[in-house]
Amino acid sequence: MNGDAPDGDDGGDASADGFHFDQARWSDGDRHEPLSSEKRTTEAEYDDSPLPDDLTRDELELPKLEEPDLVRHYTRLSEMNYGIDSGPYPLGSCTMKYNPAFTEDVAADPNGLVHPDRPVAGVQGTLSVLYSLQDYLARIGGMDAVTLQPPAGAAGEFTGVLVADAYHEHNGGDRSEIIVPESAHGTNFASAALAGFDVVSLPGGEDGRVDLEALEEALSEDTALLMLTNPNTLGLFERDIEQIADMVHDAGGLLYYDGANLNALLGRGRPGDMGFDVMHYNVHKTFATPHGGGGPGAGPVGVVDELAEFLPDPQVVEAPDASPLKYEFETPERSIGKVHGKYGNWLVLAKAYAYIARLGNDGLNDASAKAVLNANYLASQVEYDVPYGPFHHEFVASAGDQDAADVAKRMLDYGVHPPTTKWPEIVSEALMTEPTEIEGKRTLDQLARAFNAVASEDDETLAAAPERTTAARIDQTEAARDLRLSWRALDD
Amino acid sequence: MNGRETTGTPYAPHGDAETREMLDAVGVDTEEDLFDIPESVRFDGDLGIDARTEREIRAEMADELAKNRDLTELLGRGHYDYYVPSAVEHLADRSEFLTSYTQYQPEVTQGFLQALFEYQSLLVELTGLGIANCSMYDAATALGEAATLAERLRVTSGSRVLVPEHLESGRRAVLANYVAGTDLVVESYAMDDGNADVDALTDRVDDETVMVYAETPTVRGCIEEHLDALGDLADDNDALFVLGSDPVSLALLEEPASVGADVVVGSASALGLPQSYGMDLGLFACREDFVRQVPGRLVGASTDADGTRTYTLTLQTREQHIRRERATSNICTNQAWVALRAAMHATGLGADGLADLAKRDVADARDLAARVDDVKGVQAPHHDRHHLREFVAHTDQPAPAIGDDLVDEGYAVHVLDEHHVQLCTVGTTEAERDDFVAALTEVAR
Repeated sequence: MNGDAPDGDDGGDASADGFHFDQARWSDGDRHEPLSSEKRTTEAEYDDSPLPDDLTRDELELPKLEEPDLVRHYTRLSEMNYGIDSGPYPLGSCTMKYNPAFTEDVAADPNGLVHPDRPVAGVQGTLSVLYSLQDYLARIGGMDAVTLQPPAGAAGEFTGVLVADAYHEHNGGDRSEIIVPESAHGTNFASAALAGFDVVSLPGGEDGRVDLEALEEALSEDTALLMLTNPNTLGLFERDIEQIADMVHDAGGLLYYDGANLNALLGRGRPGDMGFDVMHYNVHKTFATPHGGGGPGAGPVGVVDELAEFLPDPQVVEAPDASPLKYEFETPERSIGKVHGKYGNWLVLAKAYAYIARLGNDGLNDASAKAVLNANYLASQVEYDVPYGPFHHEFVASAGDQDAADVAKRMLDYGVHPPTTKWPEIVSEALMTEPTEIEGKRTLDQLARAFNAVASEDDETLAAAPERTTAARIDQTEAARDLRLSWRALDD
Repeated sequence: MNGRETTGTPYAPHGDAETREMLDAVGVDTEEDLFDIPESVRFDGDLGIDARTEREIRAEMADELAKNRDLTELLGRGHYDYYVPSAVEHLADRSEFLTSYTQYQPEVTQGFLQALFEYQSLLVELTGLGIANCSMYDAATALGEAATLAERLRVTSGSRVLVPEHLESGRRAVLANYVAGTDLVVESYAMDDGNADVDALTDRVDDETVMVYAETPTVRGCIEEHLDALGDLADDNDALFVLGSDPVSLALLEEPASVGADVVVGSASALGLPQSYGMDLGLFACREDFVRQVPGRLVGASTDADGTRTYTLTLQTREQHIRRERATSNICTNQAWVALRAAMHATGLGADGLADLAKRDVADARDLAARVDDVKGVQAPHHDRHHLREFVAHTDQPAPAIGDDLVDEGYAVHVLDEHHVQLCTVGTTEAERDDFVAALTEVAR
């Protein structure tokens, strides 16, 4: 495509690194691939039920595709879907890294695919991997103890908030407020609220960082926790982090680290060394496990020594010497209980362990270096204004007079996934961009051309985009006003 | 690339010359210059983690996981070892699905959205309820979310959540944390021989009750026979009736909507996901009039600018990234890929295939219980109910010792207390069950 708008000389565009994008589009009249229910359905028989009639349902009709048709159905759907393996995916705050293929193989080891209620003697191998991962994560975060139970980042936040609550309660405190910067991830607010806290929103400073005066004002004897991500959502490091930690601690509160942006710090700074007391890791971001179309992820939580006794039940620990076992479970003395029915998302945790082992010290250090280099290089090539800096693994550009959502739709036509848009709100028409370390210069240049081509296009062109994707612009208002959430609703 | 030894990350393609060119473009000498981290909190980079090659890691993890004992599992209680067809594994691993994220750009992610729409639709058919979301983390957190939904919807001044005495401990513990931020109080109601004790519950339910929870089958494998009465009790007291179940059971048992269920939660990972040490898929379906209070993501149909039917995430104003502390839940990343797998598996089975699984599970549990009952020192089933997949057996000798002896013989069973074990048939062959009965006969006398 090489910088030209994609509508134009489609056929003749063949420069050295130019390419043309058209997403697969299986069509069947006024729909794409028909729903499975529109292909073939069968009904269940209940005449031969081994149960009395009054305990059995009367009827059930569901789609049924024989294997060849099943394989085609979902293969076609996959062709109408864009993943990191398809192309660049610089979705800010989501750290869309390449997911190493071999980690799928280690997670698929049948010896690890076991029932969660096996006796511990039957899962020593599984516990060994979990124990080692607890250790790796503690080292990376500068934390003293880690739980792997939370199944996602938001679940990690919820866990951390519960741990902080239990700590304060144990120490006789009755603290009802959690302070969250205005520019924080939405989950911070929601997790604090789920745990029953009042959320105090902290306005940002003019430089895009925490405003110490505003923080001083927000802190009180009611403060249980300040939740921060660092670098923050603008990619800026909170330079005053030590002072912030002192202020929070002096007020009797604790400091929470939202690990969504940990990729910027790998090997270069550890939350534990900055004064954070509790943190979560987004292993599906920082440690390259696949995002699976929305999940599963994993959100392990690390804490300093003082908080370890409140961690979820159970922790994996080394068994005493006298035991015939190497690892066992232990319930922390003042555990908050459970945040997942069992032990979290095993498949995700196994992949994260393999990824960390593959990179090791040097690889992890290099990952943050290249992630930060990539963000800075891309920003230097993009014509949109980037108002805040120096940024690290991500930058937030402003689409200026253009509508950021339209910019995103148009970028799709250039064969790239667009950035996160319209957030954080401190930047008008925000384009929050995180290329991660996996892209080389050639791909970053391609991304920059996509940004710059769209920057020069008029509003009409943007509003008409996208045109090269499976679907043209989708009517969000119709979806919300005329709710059709199942194939039953389509028939109404 | 992949197998090589490396000093940096093997997953960044930068050559030295390329790195130099990029640094020059940015205007700095080294990558270090880009880090705006005060010296006092800089870390020296030595994490004490040795890098290994792919080959080494695969060998290491294979060696470690081989230390898991080779056990025949007669384990259930919410996690079931149904065979997952290879076609499902291969389709789910197609990287266009696996390596994508939440469908914030629906125009370029129609494939996953359609699969999730089909998943939601399958649950609507199975539950008879109007809507289903496209996943929660697991059965336990889905139950927790149901309780917070009950709190948001409550029309009374009450705060009581009634749950069965027989409730898997993980679900109970997670529920306790989900209501910790509310004024809800969780109380247990008594069971009568493995089913809800309707008389006892009648005494407990009052206008202070905001939610009644029941399961079918119960955690002990008993099919609940009083769902109609439970639904009426909840309804008469303006409480939400929440039913726990799973897609295999729902293909055979009474349709939840027909017994007055307002919400169905549970585990859907019986479909599509092999045993994964407790990793799960939380099922969440409810009445359509709750739609603005539902937790989690919803996929809806719409139309694109070309007039083609399309799919998109909808009603996102309920969610944390827009509504923040007033969101219906804090969930963001969910279990979408597991939902995809469940939809694939269910679509391969069809209604008849799903119902056949459930019928087989009833027959197999009945058969194994009868054979175990013939073992000297064991009585089964302990509860005089219909069972699906699993049942409790009473042991004359101490159950923990029997459990340990069975592990030595190569079998894992649930030990419930001093004299009760629980046995599940799913995932075992007839020959394995034969051998198990023989082993039990040896250790139970």
